[in-house]
Amino acid sequence: MDILIASTKIAVVLAAMLTSVVFLVLVERRMSAFIQNRIGPNRVGPYGLLQSVADVVKLLMKEDIVPAKANKPLHDLAPIISIAVAMTTFAVIPFGNAIELFGTTIKLQIADVNIGILYILAITSLGVYGLTLAGWSSNNKYSLLGGLRSSAQMISYELSMGLAIIGVILMAGTLRLDVIVEKQTEYLLGWLPAWNIFLQPVAFITFFIAAFAETNRLPFDLPEAEPELVGGFHTEYTGLKFGLFFLAEYMNMITASAIVVTLFLGGWHLPYADMLGLSGFALSILQVLTFCGKIVLVLLFFIAIRWTLPRFRYDQLMSLGWKVMLPLTLANALVTALILLAF
Amino acid sequence: MTLQAVLFYLLAAVSIASAIMVITRRNPVTSALFLVLNFFSLGGLYLTLHAQFIAVIQILVYAGAIMVLFLFVIMLLNLGDSQSLREVISLRKLAGVGLSTAFLLEIIYILGFRVSDFPAGEVTRGLEIGTVEYIGQKLFTDYLFPFEITSILLLAAIVGAVVMAKRKLD
Amino acid sequence: MISVEQYLALSAVMFVIGVVGVLVRRNAIIVFMSIELMLNSVNLTLVAFSAYLGDVTGQMLVFFVMTVAAAEAAVGLAIIIALYRIRQTVNIDDINILKW
Repeated sequence: MDILIASTKIAVVLAAMLTSVVFLVLVERRMSAFIQNRIGPNRVGPYGLLQSVADVVKLLMKEDIVPAKANKPLHDLAPIISIAVAMTTFAVIPFGNAIELFGTTIKLQIADVNIGILYILAITSLGVYGLTLAGWSSNNKYSLLGGLRSSAQMISYELSMGLAIIGVILMAGTLRLDVIVEKQTEYLLGWLPAWNIFLQPVAFITFFIAAFAETNRLPFDLPEAEPELVGGFHTEYTGLKFGLFFLAEYMNMITASAIVVTLFLGGWHLPYADMLGLSGFALSILQVLTFCGKIVLVLLFFIAIRWTLPRFRYDQLMSLGWKVMLPLTLANALVTALILLAF
Repeated sequence: MTLQAVLFYLLAAVSIASAIMVITRRNPVTSALFLVLNFFSLGGLYLTLHAQFIAVIQILVYAGAIMVLFLFVIMLLNLGDSQSLREVISLRKLAGVGLSTAFLLEIIYILGFRVSDFPAGEVTRGLEIGTVEYIGQKLFTDYLFPFEITSILLLAAIVGAVVMAKRKLD
Repeated sequence: MISVEQYLALSAVMFVIGVVGVLVRRNAIIVFMSIELMLNSVNLTLVAFSAYLGDVTGQMLVFFVMTVAAAEAAVGLAIIIALYRIRQTVNIDDINILKW
């Protein structure tokens, strides 16, 4: 029974993520078109809704080209690592409160482990292998540069990411993500929801910036930087393998948004929802929808940033990471600890 | 067989196979990746011993940071296939392998004939002592001094690495 | 039921593989990786004893070994980069300027 419940949860989450990637790509293209005063894809299906399906079919049908001097096994391995990492991170994120169904209480979280945040940090730190190996195994100087940049960038920003979370951990006193969300369902001064964005604004901003860098999105997309590196680490990839990198990028975006929502925006908590007087099941559904809604808002912000900001230069990226973000997050952790000690 | 036994034999096989691959591959990048696999199987073995914190730190520090550094250096120096060294079998190396085998036999003799007293029985308090809370509490009380010394060690390592890797000293 | 001896035997095999790597390979980076292998096999011993004795000391030692390994990797790789700049090789048989 437990195994059945667990596999149902995995299937539902994976299906939801894959479908949302399809729509996310379309939303991104339509939104970028709006920002740049274009029309965007609107020919395939009503309002262009089937555009992504057509793209997937195209990627599947394309010939898989591997450069002659490439390291074939590693060239195949790199996209698999990327997609595996993107798929496994979501496992510890609670997407709703415990739900009562057919007499059993089901936690809306795939894996309830007491090292939740450390698990996320450990898995995201592996994402760099996919990019680095793709860059090296292609045997192309642009790919190699992209791979080198990605390893330097992701190691640098992982530090600020981990240190930013320390403030949240100190407030919650645990690494379990479900407890962290539960702590945020209280109210400050009787009316303000006790979300960590209000309690830990510095941590929120630094974590959000680091999340952009970890997902390789503009303004931190140095590993693929089209104008200077052709395509960066995925220059030599075509067809399905390119598709996997593409899928991994968007799944990482969704997961990063989910982590931001869980840690800082109250997770599935809808303020004042208990005033609606809903029964158990309806309330749980509402909470899951709240969680999804918050993720969508963060994703729209991700997309808006991508199409409105220019790319950083490499030295700017490094000095921002090491000289601004790292001291800021360290100071935040110290101040949080001092305040907690004083009160 | 219990779940622990199944996991142990599986992970043990993976870790030994990957360790052999590390020292036999020509290409340093392949070696490094097999070492990452080895670290993963070790992380799994730590989980069978209920050492959750150590298992996650193993992945985070070894696989996520140290091995990325290795790969970074291998790529930076471009030590791929073209640069792979010619390894020759010499008498000295055979002697090395012989000595290592003797060493292995010695350890297995000690284990097999119970020359000393090993703790028998099952993993008893493992579940409780492997958690982040317990380790954190011990780390900041009983092991505070070594923990603080570690920071000096890391500072020295940072300075040393920067000085060594710098292109030219002014 | 897995006994502590089985963990120790696995750790011994891994340690010896690491020793063979150090003695046989000439590529400095692979020698370095073999050393990491040896460190990790020792970590496995410590964690196994810690779990079977119900004493956290072993896991503490592993924590410190990992810190030392991180420091060692940073400095060691910096040394390899510096050597490569001077001699254009990572073959440890060619790096013999301290010999006379």
